[in-house]
Amino acid sequence: MDWFPLINSLRIAGISTVIIFFVGIFAAYYISKAPRMVKGVLDVVLTMPLVLPPTVVGYLLLRVLGPKRIIGAWFLEHFDLKLTMTWWSAIFATVVVIFPLMYRTARGAFESFDQTLAYSGQTLGLSNTYIFWRIRMPCCRQGILAGTVLAFARALGEYGATSMIAGYTPGRTATISTTVYQLWRTNDDALAFKWVMVNMAISFVVLLAVNMLEKRNTSSAKKGGL
Amino acid sequence: MSIFVDIEKNLGSFHLKVKFESGNNTLALLGASGCGKSMTLKCIAGIERPDRGRIVVDGITLFDSENHINLTPQERRVGLMFQNYALFPNMTVLQNIRTGAKREKDKARREEMVAQVMESFGLAPLAGRYPHQLSGGQQQRVALARILVSDPHILLLDEPFSALDSHLRFKLEQEVRSVIRSFGKSVLLVSHDRDEVFRMADRIAVMENGRIDAIGTKKEVFDDPKTRTGAILTGCKNISAAKLRGDGRIDATDWGMELTLGRNQAVNAISTEETVTRQAASIQYVGVRMHDIQLLETENAGATGASDKAGKSAEVKTGTVGEEVLVCPKNTFHCQVVEEIENPFSMTILLRPVESSHAMPIGLETNKETWKLHRGEIVAIHIPAESILLLEERET
Repeated sequence: MDWFPLINSLRIAGISTVIIFFVGIFAAYYISKAPRMVKGVLDVVLTMPLVLPPTVVGYLLLRVLGPKRIIGAWFLEHFDLKLTMTWWSAIFATVVVIFPLMYRTARGAFESFDQTLAYSGQTLGLSNTYIFWRIRMPCCRQGILAGTVLAFARALGEYGATSMIAGYTPGRTATISTTVYQLWRTNDDALAFKWVMVNMAISFVVLLAVNMLEKRNTSSAKKGGL
Repeated sequence: MSIFVDIEKNLGSFHLKVKFESGNNTLALLGASGCGKSMTLKCIAGIERPDRGRIVVDGITLFDSENHINLTPQERRVGLMFQNYALFPNMTVLQNIRTGAKREKDKARREEMVAQVMESFGLAPLAGRYPHQLSGGQQQRVALARILVSDPHILLLDEPFSALDSHLRFKLEQEVRSVIRSFGKSVLLVSHDRDEVFRMADRIAVMENGRIDAIGTKKEVFDDPKTRTGAILTGCKNISAAKLRGDGRIDATDWGMELTLGRNQAVNAISTEETVTRQAASIQYVGVRMHDIQLLETENAGATGASDKAGKSAEVKTGTVGEEVLVCPKNTFHCQVVEEIENPFSMTILLRPVESSHAMPIGLETNKETWKLHRGEIVAIHIPAESILLLEERET
C-alpha cells in the first residue's frame, strides 16, 4: 500500500492548521474589539466558508488562483509558479474552509475573557504583548485549543474544494479523501476500505486527544487555572 | 503627592463631570452603584478616555485633552485595585507579584523587591498557590502587594471590600488602613458603604449621576450632606419633602411637622458663600438622622398618653412653640407609636405626630434601655434644630 495520501493529508492539514492558528486568533482578537457594525459585517463574511458548499469555495478559489485568473496569472508570469494542481494548492482550500472554526471558537474564548485582567496588567506596567501572550492566551487556552484541534480534524477531512483546486494525481496531490473517492469510482473496494479504516483511526485518535485535553484542562483548572 | 482631576465623559445614560483635588491623604468617592465613581477611577488609570479635561498626579499631566496628552496606563504609574482583585488565574502568587515588578529592569533588584513585599505582606507561605486556592482576604493581600511592588504614585481602590464576607471586612479594613498609612501618598477609595468610608477616609466626595454633590472632610459631609442623595448615602433614613418658610421655619410635609431651624441654618440657607447653589427655593427636602431624635421625659408623654387628650395637647404645643420660635426653637412633638422594631442592639421606633394621622412615619433609634423607660402609645420627641439637614434635589 502506498502511504503517500496519508502523508500528504497530514502535511496539508498540519500546515493549514499552523497558518490558521495565527490568522484565526489575530482576526478573533481584533474583531472582538471592533465597533459593533464592523464586527457584524466581518463576522458574516468570515463565517461564510463554514456554510458554503466546499465546491462553491473551490469554484471561487479557482476564479482567483487559476492560471488565467488575476492572482494565478500574476504568479505564473513573475515566478513561473502555477498555484493550482500541486500538493500545496490544497492548503488554499483547507485554510479557507477551516478558518471559521478557529476564528469563531477563539473569538468566543476572547469574549468571555475577564477584561479587568488586561486592564490591571496595563496599570501594573506590563506591555500589551506580554498581556496577550502570558495572560490572555493562557486564560483562553481551552477555547483556542479546541478550535485548533477542530480545525485540524476538519482540514484532514476536506474534500470538495481540495479536489477542485489540487485535483487527484496519485503520488502528487492525492489525499486520503480524494483517494477513497477514486478507489471507489474505480471499483477497488478492498483498498478503499483500507483507507476508510485509516481515516477512521485518525479521527478516533484526534477526538480522543480532544477529550483528554479537555479533561486535563478541567482538572488543571481546578488545581491551577481558569 | 497630590492629584487633580477635572474631566467630562458622556456615558450615554448620563454625563460624567467631576472635578476634585486631593492631597497626601485618603479621599473617598461615596455613591450608589452606577453613579460614575468606578468610571472616574478608570479614567485616572488610563483604561477609559475622558471626552475632555485634565488629570494631574504629582505634577505630572496624565491626561490633557487641550494639549493632546494621554499617557498609556503603563506610563501612568497609577495603582488600581479592582473590585475582583484581577489576579492572573494562570499564575501563582509569586508570579503574580513578579508581574508588578516588571518595570524594574535590573533582575537582581527586581527579585529583591518581590521578596521584600512577599515578606511584609506575609505571603511567603502562599508563594506557590494559585489565586483560586486563596481566601478572599488573601487574594486582596496579593492584589495590594502586587500593586505596591510596582511603586505607584497614587493608589486607587475600587470597592475594596465588596467581594468579601462581612465578618472578614472589619479585619481587612484594618489591614488596608495600615497599608494606606505606610503608603503615605494620595489614595482614592470608591465605595457605597458609608461606615467603611467614614472609617477609611479623611475626606469624602458624595457622587450622584456623574456629579460630585458635596465634598469635604468626613465630618463636614456627614453634618451637611447638602442633597437628598447625599443624605441617603451618609445613612440618613428620615427624609421628608419640605417647604422652607421665610420665618426661619420649615414645613416637613411628609411628616406633617413644622420644624424650627437653628439661627445658623436659617441664615445659611438664604445667603452666605453658597448663595448660588443653596438658595432657599432649592431646599426641597429635610432630613433627620434616626439617632438624633431625642425622647423627652415620660411625664409629658405619659400625661398626654390617653388618646382623647392627644389632639388638644398638640394644639397647645404648637401655640407655645409659635411664640418663642426664634428665641428657643422647640421642635417638640407628641407622636403616636406606629411600630416598634427590635434590632440586635437597639430599637427603631416609627412615629407619627398625633395630629396628622396620615403622615409618613418618622423613625427614631434609641438603645433598648432608654426605650423601656419611655415606652408608651404616645411619646414626646424633640428634634434638635442643629440636627436638621436641609437638602436639595440635584437635577440630573
